[in-house]
Amino acid sequence: MARNITIKAGGSAKEYWLDLWEHRQLLWILSKRDISVRYKQTLLGVAWSVIRPLATMIVMTIAFSVVARLRPDTGVPYPLMVLGGITIWTFFSNTFVQISNSITLNSNLVAKVYFPRLIMPLSAVSVGLVDFLIAFVLYLLISVIGYGYLPSSNIVFLPFFLILTFITAFGFGLFFAAVNVRFRDIGQLIPFLMQVGIYACPIAYSSQMVADTWFYKYHLLNPVVSLVDGFRWCLLGNNAYFDHRSLYSTIIVSAVAMIFSISYFRKKESSFVDHL
Amino acid sequence: MSVIVAENISKRYIIDHKNQRSGGTIRDWFSDTSKRLFSGGKKDRLLESKEEFWALKDVNFEIEQGDRVGIVGHNGAGKSTLLKVLSRITEPTTGRVNISGRVASLLEVGTGFHPELTGRENIYLNGAVLGMTQHEIKKSFDAIVDFAGVERFLDTPVKRYSSGMYVRLGFAIAAHLEPEILIVDEVLAVGDAEFQKKSLGKMRDVSESGRTILFVSHNLTAVQSLCNKAFYFEKGQLLEQGDTTHIVSTYLSRVSRKSLEHVWDDLSRAPGTNEVRLKSLRLLPDYQDNLSHIDVRTPMRLACEFWNYEDNTTLNLSMHLYAYTGECIFNVGTKAKSFSKGLVEAVCEIPGNFLNDGSYVISLMVVKNTSEVLFSLEEAITFDIQDYREGVSWYGKWPGYIRPQLNFSISQTEPVPND
Repeated sequence: MARNITIKAGGSAKEYWLDLWEHRQLLWILSKRDISVRYKQTLLGVAWSVIRPLATMIVMTIAFSVVARLRPDTGVPYPLMVLGGITIWTFFSNTFVQISNSITLNSNLVAKVYFPRLIMPLSAVSVGLVDFLIAFVLYLLISVIGYGYLPSSNIVFLPFFLILTFITAFGFGLFFAAVNVRFRDIGQLIPFLMQVGIYACPIAYSSQMVADTWFYKYHLLNPVVSLVDGFRWCLLGNNAYFDHRSLYSTIIVSAVAMIFSISYFRKKESSFVDHL
Repeated sequence: MSVIVAENISKRYIIDHKNQRSGGTIRDWFSDTSKRLFSGGKKDRLLESKEEFWALKDVNFEIEQGDRVGIVGHNGAGKSTLLKVLSRITEPTTGRVNISGRVASLLEVGTGFHPELTGRENIYLNGAVLGMTQHEIKKSFDAIVDFAGVERFLDTPVKRYSSGMYVRLGFAIAAHLEPEILIVDEVLAVGDAEFQKKSLGKMRDVSESGRTILFVSHNLTAVQSLCNKAFYFEKGQLLEQGDTTHIVSTYLSRVSRKSLEHVWDDLSRAPGTNEVRLKSLRLLPDYQDNLSHIDVRTPMRLACEFWNYEDNTTLNLSMHLYAYTGECIFNVGTKAKSFSKGLVEAVCEIPGNFLNDGSYVISLMVVKNTSEVLFSLEEAITFDIQDYREGVSWYGKWPGYIRPQLNFSISQTEPVPND
């Protein structure tokens, strides 16, 4: 591991990525830390990852299906549609929020040791991923046992949608993580964005319900729409509404966000320590 | 072979006088940006509130393999900034540093410890943060636990540790790093005396194994005992470098020289009354070993000259010596004598090997007829006494206000019977 290092303003990109690779163990350790800390001091531990989506599903089912009388896609049970939406949305929002806060939460490390700062947002993903896996198993159980609804063959596309969800959340989260260091009020903005998101994205309703409205073209521009619809389409099969056009915006937006965020983050990371 | 070569490194910070709050908010950024836009690109108004500060300025040096370099200087001289640049936490504004070899930097004990995690988990976490591989941590795990003395609490969350245990564990992990270059900042200033001794001993082992060490500490005794070279920083510049004893002495003399002599040529400004007025006050150390600072061995003379304006007055001079913390160490007075108008001089001799290391304050009183205080000058002179030890391998703070060399004999009187 011994090699010559040159320290100067604006280091080289090649060295940076090499450094990142050499610190992969740290990435693993920090991920493990986040996971074990999360479940350490809680009474119910892992149960929270089950209770939260389940409770949200019940509340949303009552509020939107029973009270507001929203209709699901034909042939799909409403609670299952909601649960699918919540599962993928929670993955997206957890990942996004944790990445956004990753630098400020680890400020003690930033001030005292060197490692490529990209390690922090990368390791922040771990908790969201574990939560997602638990929620996903819960979804499958409810779907198969509760509703006798086996996942469709579309499930082969599931990894694609999960990776796309991750890239989108990472692209946006990374930008916010860097900005959060400089401007602390970003921290206030993030929960608000997530609250808006839960209604702006087709979680409690199906995209089909807005397909005939004047704002449908804007609906399709929302990069998260295809993630939610696509996830449901993988699990619930062709009964679930999925407009392939929504995928274009997701792919373009997430690719641009990813490239822009990484270069922005790289530009800003050397000065993080001066703002913390 | 040079392992660290620094060329013209400088580090600039912009101090924003207007925005003292931490972080800054988007609102501030908007208002700054709009001001800039509407003032037609004129930047001067904005810059008024910002000030440049060079924490390091054109620093050049080379460090050879196996060198143990102590870095001394006042607070804010740039020592910590230099360590931050060398450990890559912050980038230099200009210049470059070439480092060959694996670097570990220890700027804090227990960096990244998570209070909820157990001692065991934190050893792995902290080790990884400091750049050890999992394999290396496993290999030295037992040694770390043993050094820290926390066997019984390995599976207890560190938030339940006493502060001493916390520090011991943190240091133990760092002590088992095996880098080629070790950068250490002031971490030995923590823990109790026994632990300080243990950690200094460990540092010494590390240094004797031929590794390169950069060491910042205010404990000059530790710097002198560990380092073979020293850098003296002042106001962001590397003022002098060389042999440790020489550099430490230069540093200390610059710290204390200025306040040891007071001479009032202008009588109207001199402290005093219509009856007596000071002319000069000097603390004259008899420096040992060609040094230029006071250490515990240094004998000193306190010389005080004052004008007496009245004939046939009986005067004596009284001196109090206080520790910096306020306790009076002693009070001595001259004999009372009758003086006529003119200059009076009093000299007090303070022997070497008498006061302990520390900071001291002298106050003076001019007394008439052995009872009436004519004039007193509080905190007339402040001075520091540095530590000096010989034949001792212990570097903790020597206790007590005085450190006399008394006749304290020890000898064997009898052999063990029937041996």
